[in-house]
Amino acid sequence: MAFQFLKKAGMGLMLAVWSLAAHAEYAWNFPKPVTPMAADTLLVHNKFMVIIMVIFVVVLGIMIYSIIRHRKSVGHKAADFTGPSTRSQVIWTLVPFAILLYIDFILMGIPAYHSVVLMEDTKNDSEMVIKVTGSQWRWQYEYMDGEAQGIKFVSNMTTPQEQIQNKTEKGEHYLLEVDNHVVLPVDKKVRILLTSNDVIHTWWVPAFGAARDAIPGFLRETWVKIEEPGTYRGQCKELCGKGHGFMPVVVDAVPEEQFKEWVASKKTEMSAASAGADKEWSKDELLTQGKAVYEKNCAVCHQPGGQGMPPAFPALTGSKIVTAPNFDADGKLMKDSHIDRVFNGKGMMPAWKGTLSDTDIAAVISYERNALGNSMGDLVQPSQIKALR
Amino acid sequence: MSTATAAHHHDDHPTGIMRWLTTTNHKDIGTMYLTFSLIMFLVGGSMILAVRAELFQPGLQLMQPEFFNQLIGVHALVMIFAALMPAATGFANWMLPLQLGAPDMALPRLNNWGFWLLPPAAILLTAPFILALFGIGDGAIATGWTFYTPLSVQGGIGVDFAIFAVHLLGISSVMGSINVLVTIFNMRAPGMTLMKMPLFAWGWMITAFLLIATIPVLAGAVTMLLTDRHFGTHFFDAAGGGDPILFQHLFWFFGHPEVYILLLPVWGLIPHILSAFSRKPTYGYKAQIYSFWAIGILSVVVWAHHFFTVGLPIPALLYFMYSTMAISLPLAVLFFCWIATMWKGSMTFETPMLFATGWIILFGIGGLTGLILADVAADAQYHHSYFVVAHFHYTLFAGGIMGIMAGVYYWLPKMTGHMYSETLGKLHFWLTAIAFNVTFIPQFFLGLAGMPRRIPDYALQFSEFNMISTIGAFTLGLSQLIMVYNIVRCVRGGKKAEAKVWEGAEGLEWTLPSPPPYHSFTEQPVIK
Repeated sequence: MAFQFLKKAGMGLMLAVWSLAAHAEYAWNFPKPVTPMAADTLLVHNKFMVIIMVIFVVVLGIMIYSIIRHRKSVGHKAADFTGPSTRSQVIWTLVPFAILLYIDFILMGIPAYHSVVLMEDTKNDSEMVIKVTGSQWRWQYEYMDGEAQGIKFVSNMTTPQEQIQNKTEKGEHYLLEVDNHVVLPVDKKVRILLTSNDVIHTWWVPAFGAARDAIPGFLRETWVKIEEPGTYRGQCKELCGKGHGFMPVVVDAVPEEQFKEWVASKKTEMSAASAGADKEWSKDELLTQGKAVYEKNCAVCHQPGGQGMPPAFPALTGSKIVTAPNFDADGKLMKDSHIDRVFNGKGMMPAWKGTLSDTDIAAVISYERNALGNSMGDLVQPSQIKALR
Repeated sequence: MSTATAAHHHDDHPTGIMRWLTTTNHKDIGTMYLTFSLIMFLVGGSMILAVRAELFQPGLQLMQPEFFNQLIGVHALVMIFAALMPAATGFANWMLPLQLGAPDMALPRLNNWGFWLLPPAAILLTAPFILALFGIGDGAIATGWTFYTPLSVQGGIGVDFAIFAVHLLGISSVMGSINVLVTIFNMRAPGMTLMKMPLFAWGWMITAFLLIATIPVLAGAVTMLLTDRHFGTHFFDAAGGGDPILFQHLFWFFGHPEVYILLLPVWGLIPHILSAFSRKPTYGYKAQIYSFWAIGILSVVVWAHHFFTVGLPIPALLYFMYSTMAISLPLAVLFFCWIATMWKGSMTFETPMLFATGWIILFGIGGLTGLILADVAADAQYHHSYFVVAHFHYTLFAGGIMGIMAGVYYWLPKMTGHMYSETLGKLHFWLTAIAFNVTFIPQFFLGLAGMPRRIPDYALQFSEFNMISTIGAFTLGLSQLIMVYNIVRCVRGGKKAEAKVWEGAEGLEWTLPSPPPYHSFTEQPVIK
């Protein structure tokens, strides 16, 4: 009967395999590796899979033989042994044990050792350092050294809510697309430092074979050396709250030349933004910019209309904090004021001072005070935020 | 269900609801444990079917991510603490006195209390779902069953409810364990030395030791979490000098032994079934006991393999990798003994034997994939992907729940005095075995392809496998109704079961009539 089951299951599986093979996107194993670590992992994984499959098939074969031959219906009489009795039997029971010992600590143990050493070798010969900071629910990247030093940006998912809610056709990179890609040069060993602003996240790109947790208050590290130019996509893989499924990682690996161009253009962009913080912004400019910032960063919890999702995520419309003044009579920032809350965070509310630029913070606060059903009339200028730093 | 056969003043007991509330009888309490377990199995199963329905297609169709996160966490807590553990305790209650030749468990009142802590705990776990409907709180615990800080510090009242539920469940488990140990050490029939004791009692003994050793650690960890949440302590907050990873160490110091807490009673009961239906004595009785001990001891020193990706020093990584691999050695001894028990037997395949055989094969897949998960570097890829989800369902659904089902069919005639429907039992087995594989084999591939676990929505390349998995899950879920029907039918009536229900069954429980009298052994049998 078990034999019949296996036959049926096997045929079912073959049918499934056949029908699935028709799909071009089908993946039966890890994605194509593009770093030494991923290549090593794929090799080790394939080897270990073969080992365990051989063990499985051999043991299953013995069981099936027994199930077919040693059954009452074919008239088999039960033996009554309860253990190995002769010397040769004792040896035969020890053989599988010895084989397993060999498999565990030699056949699997030695390559596994080398993989661990390779994985943890983050510092030797590393040519550049980036810092990745997880926060609910976006990644921030900062280039720590070399020509790119100082480049810093936030990477938000760009898949529109309409696609997630099934109102429009889903795009090719559904849930795996972001506004700011991380750009890394190929063939350079990049040391990646990881930390988090709030809860634990895990930075994972399957094609890199590296996954490491981003832990608030601590630095962890991993490394990549991407050997093929291309765009690689991954996701957070540590449950980090309601947006856990919506904080993808997108890395563009480009040749050295192109990386240099990207660095130059990013630097120009950043100095323009910093200059923008010093000028006086008009109400229209602030509100337009603020709306964009709000929808990208705030609407996921406080909702596009500002009604929030109480009790976890309070409404902004008519909120006590939003409708109170920011500065006291002496022009000092008040505790628990609107700016204080956005700038420094509290509880579930993240601190945005490290994530958003002065202009973005000023714009979004101005927007929240003058839209979403609020009409405070006052504006916050980027220079006021800059002064707080 | 068990009615007294002899009229004796000891047999007087209240009827109706009061019988069940006040009972100190091991069989009544065992029945309540098993019934509770079955109900919670269906509750936890319904939760995950809702999850699988959401995952049938990409996009959010049925629920918001917050609710999705609540369902997966409560599903796991319910299945582990309220379905699998109570089922094992139910069997311990029912069968230990019968197998050891005792009139009852050693501590009957403790036993009653141990059970009656469970329903309040189950209510605490699930109540936040209902409270949220009335606008109180934001639903149940949404951190997964692992309570990882700082996410759990951030969470709503569901976390507090779950902490208190875990406390109650822990107290109940420790009390049950003390009862099992006191019974095993004091109530065995004359002549039954420890090394003549049934393997089921041995498996449970190690489980009880593990529970007593590790539940207090879990209780401590969740209490520290509670004070971090409400009383301003910073055990797990780096800003206050704490460490979020400390929580993971504490949790998994409990959490890994917990796996064996769930599995050891099953490893104890399966040899009885294999031996009965192979009509052949258990192979390697002593070797199995030594393996139980070895696995029990190893299980408390391998915890960090659950979080290799947090960034541990190389020596720690290597130690936890090799010690985890070492578990495969005693486990291989067990597999060897199970198959050697079948070898050259005279096998028949009634439902319990079908489940036991399928159990060996599927649990084997769980064990073997566990071996490769121990490899730290590859684990960086497997970890928190669907590969792990598939792996632990092979160990806990196939290795745990299907083993419990084997026990249910094996002992049900003894408990009820009636035979269950063999046709329905076999149908249940085949549907379960096939649907289980249809559900979880695709999840191995999903994990390898890069789908993280605990996400409510996924990228398009994962669509087909998720669809297959959902179809499997619904078949699997609905198939369990066959078992429920079969059990209910068997309790209500059917062909009378003899004292020795199975031709090849050995052990003291088969010397008593089916169902056994209210006080199991009023005169102690003597073992030679």
